[in-house]
Amino acid sequence: MQSDVVLRVVSKFLIPFILLFAFYVQFHGDFSPGGGFQAGVILAAGIILYALVFGVAASFRIVPMRATQIGAAIGVMIYGGTGVVSLLRGARYLDYNALAHDPVHGQHLGIFMVELGVGIGVASTMLWLFYSFTSHKLRRDGQS
Amino acid sequence: MTGLFGYWTVIATLAIGLYIMIAHGNLVKKVIGLNVVQTAVILFYVSFGKVHGGTAPILDERFEIYSNPLPHVLMLTAIVVGVATTAVALALIVRIWESYGSIEEDDIVRAELVE
Amino acid sequence: MTDWLHLVLLIALVVVALDLARLRDLFAAAMLTGFFSLLCAVYYTIVDAVDVAFTEAAVGAGLSTVLMLGALSLLDERVETGRVRNRIGALSAALAVAAMMLYATPDMPAYGDPTSPVNQPDRPAWRYVHQSGKEIGVPNIVTSVLASYRGYDTLGETNVIFTAGLAVYALLAGVRRKRGQDAE
Repeated sequence: MQSDVVLRVVSKFLIPFILLFAFYVQFHGDFSPGGGFQAGVILAAGIILYALVFGVAASFRIVPMRATQIGAAIGVMIYGGTGVVSLLRGARYLDYNALAHDPVHGQHLGIFMVELGVGIGVASTMLWLFYSFTSHKLRRDGQS
Repeated sequence: MTGLFGYWTVIATLAIGLYIMIAHGNLVKKVIGLNVVQTAVILFYVSFGKVHGGTAPILDERFEIYSNPLPHVLMLTAIVVGVATTAVALALIVRIWESYGSIEEDDIVRAELVE
Repeated sequence: MTDWLHLVLLIALVVVALDLARLRDLFAAAMLTGFFSLLCAVYYTIVDAVDVAFTEAAVGAGLSTVLMLGALSLLDERVETGRVRNRIGALSAALAVAAMMLYATPDMPAYGDPTSPVNQPDRPAWRYVHQSGKEIGVPNIVTSVLASYRGYDTLGETNVIFTAGLAVYALLAGVRRKRGQDAE
């Protein structure tokens, strides 16, 4: 895929900041607007921008299709697993009070894990959706 | 009067979305209509979370009144789920186009009748 | 000042929606949905729903436009034929729904009314606003409601997103290889 020089230089400059912003939104979501959903979407958008400018083949080398599928499953499992941990510690499912010695710390830990699960899950799924469409196009164009 | 203006906008947007969904035979256009309806619902929920004199629901010692956080939470997840379901709809449309060679509803119905 | 901004934004939303109904070029319509989402995001910021605005700006204006353009690039039809079927039926159905809802609006609480039913002390939102600082200890109330008070809800939503990913993958990658439809 050939794209404009300006586009390539600007996006090369921007993409690290987009990814960094995604992590900021993820881990600062307790104190400011943001959280797992937004961070996941921004992370996916950064990689999609890379794919659009440098070609899908280049982005497949960095984040393969397989990784997005595994990531989507891991995200859901982190979320569900947090609930199972609180079950094992004798509380109800997804009751974070039992995760640490002190309920407020338990809540902090629980929210952190859950938001992490949501972030990984959403980022991977959004990228997976984009990859599904683009790889379908690649396969179809390759056949005709 | 101004207190109800937001509701009228929601109603107008919803009616336009519904019209797009029913009147247009093009499947992509139908999905766009569905998105407009979805946005109308989100607008409705978010606008009744607002409280006069309140601020964004982030706790701070300087503020006393916050807008209602519950509709925000429900709509936040609804937006992300909305884009995922839109992607499913678009994938279906792509498969329909590959099978029928058209995404116009009446062409598809006619092709089904011929078979 | 905010009231005026409010009014202008809401009118602009309706105008963009009307334009969406009129546009035949699907690429232009897809781009316009991005603009529609951006307007919504500005509106959400004004009504203090910053988290929703953030999500709408990232998802609606960014990702969903990209996905729609990606799907359109898989189709050869870029322009709708403009055959509008049953315009009168569609118009009357839309107007009937609008009329019924208009009839119901005077019973709704006014915009920003602090005494509206959702803001009463016996509602869950009251507890979220007044107790979450002590119970959860996280300043962003939306985060604490999303992840803790309504954790089951969010678990369901995460599962829906995962399922949507699976469905799209099955539709676009799985089926084709098995049936070998290239022969058609």
